[in-house]
Amino acid sequence: MTFSLDFSPLLPYWPVFLKGAWLTLKMTTVAVFFGVILGTLVAFAKRGKNRLLSRLCSIYIEAVRNTPFLVQIFLLYFGLASFGVRMPTFAAAALAMVINIGAYAAEIIRAGLESVPRGQIEAAECLGLSRWRIGWHVMLQPSIEKVYPALTSQFLLMMQASAIASQISAEELTATANTVQSDTFRSLETYIVVALLYLALSLLIKLIAWGVGEVAFKRRRVIRQAAERAGKPVPDQGRIDTVIPGGAA
Amino acid sequence: MSAIVKLADVYKSFGSNQVLKGVSLDVAKGEMIAVIGASGSGKSTALRCIDRLETIDRGTIEVCGIRVDDPKVDLHQLRREVGIVFQSYNLFAHLTVEENIMLALRHVKKLGRDEARRVAMGVLDQVGLAQKADAYPEQLSGGQQQRVAIARSLAMSPKVMLFDEVTSALDPQLTGEVLRVMEDLAKDGMTMLLVTHEMAFAKRMADRIIYMHQGKVWEVGSGDMLDAPQTPELRTFLNNGL
Amino acid sequence: MTGGFTAAHLFYLVHSIWWTLVLSALAFVLGSIGGFGVMLARISPRRWLSRPAMVYIEAIQGIPLLILLFIVYFGLSVYGFQVPALVAAGLALMVYTSAYLGDIWRGCIDAMPKPQWEAAECLSLTRWQTLRLVIIPQALRLALPPTVGFLVQVIKMTSLASVIGFVELTRAGQIINNSIFQPFLVFGLVGVFYFVLCYPLSRWSQSMEKKLNVGNR
Repeated sequence: MTFSLDFSPLLPYWPVFLKGAWLTLKMTTVAVFFGVILGTLVAFAKRGKNRLLSRLCSIYIEAVRNTPFLVQIFLLYFGLASFGVRMPTFAAAALAMVINIGAYAAEIIRAGLESVPRGQIEAAECLGLSRWRIGWHVMLQPSIEKVYPALTSQFLLMMQASAIASQISAEELTATANTVQSDTFRSLETYIVVALLYLALSLLIKLIAWGVGEVAFKRRRVIRQAAERAGKPVPDQGRIDTVIPGGAA
Repeated sequence: MSAIVKLADVYKSFGSNQVLKGVSLDVAKGEMIAVIGASGSGKSTALRCIDRLETIDRGTIEVCGIRVDDPKVDLHQLRREVGIVFQSYNLFAHLTVEENIMLALRHVKKLGRDEARRVAMGVLDQVGLAQKADAYPEQLSGGQQQRVAIARSLAMSPKVMLFDEVTSALDPQLTGEVLRVMEDLAKDGMTMLLVTHEMAFAKRMADRIIYMHQGKVWEVGSGDMLDAPQTPELRTFLNNGL
Repeated sequence: MTGGFTAAHLFYLVHSIWWTLVLSALAFVLGSIGGFGVMLARISPRRWLSRPAMVYIEAIQGIPLLILLFIVYFGLSVYGFQVPALVAAGLALMVYTSAYLGDIWRGCIDAMPKPQWEAAECLSLTRWQTLRLVIIPQALRLALPPTVGFLVQVIKMTSLASVIGFVELTRAGQIINNSIFQPFLVFGLVGVFYFVLCYPLSRWSQSMEKKLNVGNR
């Protein structure tokens, strides 16, 4: 039985696809924004002096990292519904994503914080800087630069995990695909188009992330440009290349 | 002349290892004291205790009238009076040279940005690195980084400066520039306490040299002490060229 | 307060774990074989091998597993292959795994210091011999923690097979929940089972990584 790919029935659905892509982008960006804030708080709390708090943070992180995102989102959405809390699907999906990315971001940021040489913290203490100031200026700022690649990867992984939100009927790109393919009966073509859209979104995110990195991390740019001008080899930018086996899934 | 730094009968152990066994020493205003000794003699530990990077088990430490060994000591006040320079410089790698110096000026001394910059450029000039203000630490040599570290501490106008083996990590040809800066500081009347291996420098510049051995102050004297050591331990130490 | 959750339900859940493990093993083993090939292609000096490998990795890493799953599932059926959900899911997971493992392992090979290659070259070893005898044995140590970490990912990823009807742990949970409507209890239990499967592997991966870092100091 021969079958040929026919994309033409999909053409009128372009605006629908783009809207789905936009919703995916929106959901992911919101989730990552709050997720990283949550992750930062958890990272500091886990390293803090309060043992109980530190323990709770560990439990949170390990629970999220060792269970599938699909199960987490079911637990949140259906679980809360069974207690009478009815959330709009977008909010539920975003919340589940925030909780998920918070755990991964916490580990990434904690690794960054731990890589700050102890000596610099001592020097800052001896200059009289307060604990908050040290936390921000001496620990968090260089850490964010170091773990920026890992955080970017996490953003991308989270965007792919957002596809799972379609399982609770949240509106995003995969849900859009499900609708379109049931309308047009061109299932394979629909999912191929959507796959390409996800790829396009990935490339877009990588480009934006690179741009933000160039602007925000003046140090890398300055050193790289100075090395290029002097004709010397560009020094390794000292990233944390640890692939934190992460990703929502 | 009352002493700015007073250690009296200080004991400190790390776990079961007794590192300081009753150290007493005084540093008067404007004095430069060099502390020498083999590794493990406790000299760095003693220095770190003065700025409360370590707490002591017994004895008292007083700096500018502040009781450092008091559990409720005001650390901010203490660290305003004491500046410390480390062996590994510990510059903030993600900030430029100028920003390194301005950080504490702005957030501890609460200076405005322009005033902080003025002070920063002033101390950078003093150590001869004004032209490197916009460079990042990794673009500088070890000697330059250490001079920036000295400038960073100096900018806070401390009453006493501690130097923990600040030239030990440097290539020999780079130690000279750092020692010159320290010499200028001494001539300006700064009270300085250095842990060092630079015997020639100590002999020439220090008002007093303290030799520590196995956690105790073993011998004290002027530069002549190095030519005519009284105790066999110091004699061995000097002969080994440590 | 269990509201209808019986021992039979519990047994059904536990039984489904077996299928989770089967799918995981299938995906991981086949994906490893594929991943090894992808890694070799990626590090090859021959452009016609390394370029497509790079595109393959970037493409697979850029799309959600769920979409890949749908493409494989619907792709197979429109071309006339009626396959059980296990095969479709296994195939999709295998492709996904091969791309990620290939990339992880390539990273480990790249991390091996150049002097190792140079020394082997000066001993007249061929590229393949160098890889086999010098580089890969050393890269294995570095590769173990992230590979075990990815195995954890694979186990979690099998939950998506539920979407195309394969009855593994998550689907079993959905089936039970659809009849007794106790989502908190059912999915909570499902979560616990996944945790029991994944946590020991996660810890193993972390402890291996710590030992590696100590050794490297």
